[in-house]
Amino acid sequence: MAKMLGAQMFFETLLDEGVEVIFGLPGGYVLKVYDVMPQYTEGKIKHVLSRHEQGATHMADGYARASGKPGVVLCTSGPAATNTVTGIATAHMDSSPVLVFTGQVPTPYLGSDAFQEADHIGITRPCTKHNYLVRKTIDLPRVMKEAFFIAKTGRPGPVLVDMPKDVLIGEDEFIIPKELNLRGYKPSTKGHPVQIRRAVELILKAKRPLIFGGGGLIWAEATEELKEFARRLEIPVTLTLMGLGAYPADDPLFISMIGMHGSYAANMAVHDSDLIISIGARFDDRATGGNFGKFAPNAKIIHVDIDPSTIDKNIQVHCPIVGDAKQVLRQILENLPSEIKVDRKEWRGKIAEWNREHPLTYRQNGDKILTTFVIDTLYNITKGDAIIVSDVGQHQMWVAQFYKFKRPRTHITSGGLGTMGFGFPAAIGAKFARPDEMVISVAGDGSFQMNMQELATAVENKMDLKIVLLNNRHHGMVRQWQTMFFNSNYSGSYFEVLPDFVKLAESFGAKGLKATRPDELESTLREGLFSDGVVLIEVVVDCEEMVYPMIAPGGAMNEMILEPADMA
Amino acid sequence: MRHTISILVDNEPGVLARIAGLFSARGFNIESLNVAETTDPQTSHITLVTSGETWIIEQIIKRFNNMVNVIKVRDLTSETRVEREMVLVRVDANQETRAEILRTADIFRAKVVDVGPKSYTLELTGDKDKVTAFIELLTPIGIKEIARTGTVAMSREIQINKKRN
Repeated sequence: MAKMLGAQMFFETLLDEGVEVIFGLPGGYVLKVYDVMPQYTEGKIKHVLSRHEQGATHMADGYARASGKPGVVLCTSGPAATNTVTGIATAHMDSSPVLVFTGQVPTPYLGSDAFQEADHIGITRPCTKHNYLVRKTIDLPRVMKEAFFIAKTGRPGPVLVDMPKDVLIGEDEFIIPKELNLRGYKPSTKGHPVQIRRAVELILKAKRPLIFGGGGLIWAEATEELKEFARRLEIPVTLTLMGLGAYPADDPLFISMIGMHGSYAANMAVHDSDLIISIGARFDDRATGGNFGKFAPNAKIIHVDIDPSTIDKNIQVHCPIVGDAKQVLRQILENLPSEIKVDRKEWRGKIAEWNREHPLTYRQNGDKILTTFVIDTLYNITKGDAIIVSDVGQHQMWVAQFYKFKRPRTHITSGGLGTMGFGFPAAIGAKFARPDEMVISVAGDGSFQMNMQELATAVENKMDLKIVLLNNRHHGMVRQWQTMFFNSNYSGSYFEVLPDFVKLAESFGAKGLKATRPDELESTLREGLFSDGVVLIEVVVDCEEMVYPMIAPGGAMNEMILEPADMA
Repeated sequence: MRHTISILVDNEPGVLARIAGLFSARGFNIESLNVAETTDPQTSHITLVTSGETWIIEQIIKRFNNMVNVIKVRDLTSETRVEREMVLVRVDANQETRAEILRTADIFRAKVVDVGPKSYTLELTGDKDKVTAFIELLTPIGIKEIARTGTVAMSREIQINKKRN
């Protein structure tokens, strides 16, 4: 009976899962894995060496969001594993399938405070969908198969697999189970027929229906079904930050993003609607304005979600449907009568009127470049077809407002955890997933500094990746809140010292460009976007620009701050 | 409102930590928790008692169901059920109190499981009210030490439908 090393079983199982790339960083307890690696990286699996385990985790996450396939991280024990925690929590909050494989001290030394030992399982228990500590070499393939299954099915999420050194250097029979036996995990994807019929009843009766779509639509790949549903019944569509791209933004039924920084028309539509059809959204405080009591006071709510614990968590709903968004939409479509007459003129007219009253807009008329102007210009140059990976802050909101995403998996951002420093490494991962498309990392100066070491990774892998760095020398969103709610007490939001970003890029072997005047913005962007390789385009932007509209904390959706005068 | 929840789980290290972690993370309180193997060595049974508003308990139960190692969850609160708890109580005993202690034990059908020059240790099994009353009666005499198992519960075969007014 042929015996195989645990470290070899690791790669063989990854191949069995169809993994093509892993993101990692070596260390003491995974040296055997790295020793075996060259046998597999010749044409079978690519290993991307990052410069920080947090970077590697965000890369795997960006890969997963851009491809729909699980992203894989490999790192050692102790500080390496704890470095992945931010990335794991980021993936957890946005339901992203990321597998993190950590080395660990040999099993006899567990709990002995050994060198580079940490309780990976204990530390990541609250922020993983599930985690495993492998105790015997022969278990490794089965555990890995289970981990992949759990990560990518049901509501996707991160899974950590802890691999003690003796498991990796041990030898045993290599057994991959043909079937998995997870008694406690059987995700249901089909909606209950009674609930489907109830939903159809409510939909046909509604006079001012609204589709409220979230990230779940993208994970379920439900865009076609959503388009058919919305168009057949002529129901306006609004999306949360995580749902952008699930419905084409250039479609006449699309309103805009919803929520704290959503458009006036979208938020007013929610407030005035008589039926909210929520699909793949979890009604979090940013998408609803935070005041759950005042949310959609005139509406009945249909809530479609694959995770039963999301339903009735924040908002009481009238028609819950547990199931996969794609399947449930198909079921609803099949239950609709063949002849449907709808008259949405009044409702759509109202929405169009709100949009005319307070459209998402900006006025670039000074000598300081506005970030909104940059995003709009970027949209025009790329024709809305690029994959945009944003970071966290004001720029993130402006990307959501002004880059009109037409396809799913083209808007990648850390929505749930709001992790600064996510964007650039995630863009690297996204580019590995979609090598033939243009991938642009849009980051603020604050966010970019957090994982800028990954410039080395990008250049080393000869990537074709663009960074648009919006430099206002501030933590922009913090500055905005300090202006609005803290009497302009700008504490800790200004950067006295910043690197020369162009020189920084060049020091890594990348190309650096800079624009400081509005009249040179478009040409600089064009030059950068259409150059080869890793290009950092720094744009110096106005720090006083603020994101509008804004629902202040505790506000209802129709209580928006639309301009500085509204704050009085 | 007090809820008694019965949970069937994979008998694996870390499962209990995950369940307890759900409570500590969200600030819900566990009144008592009891866990042991069933006849299947790969399966354990947990009886958990917690208090809270019904919608919070519903949330907790849904999150239990999501857990990979949780096989089945049942909220026994609305079911007719058997609930038992065992307690070991070490009571101060001297010349004057010995007789009283033994009389109390006899009334409650508790057993004397340890005796020494200064104390008796009594073992009692019963439902929550009986155990509480037992402890209350012994408290003035002087309880040195106490160890409770927490509630263990199982639904009854014949369910009596309680009419709501």
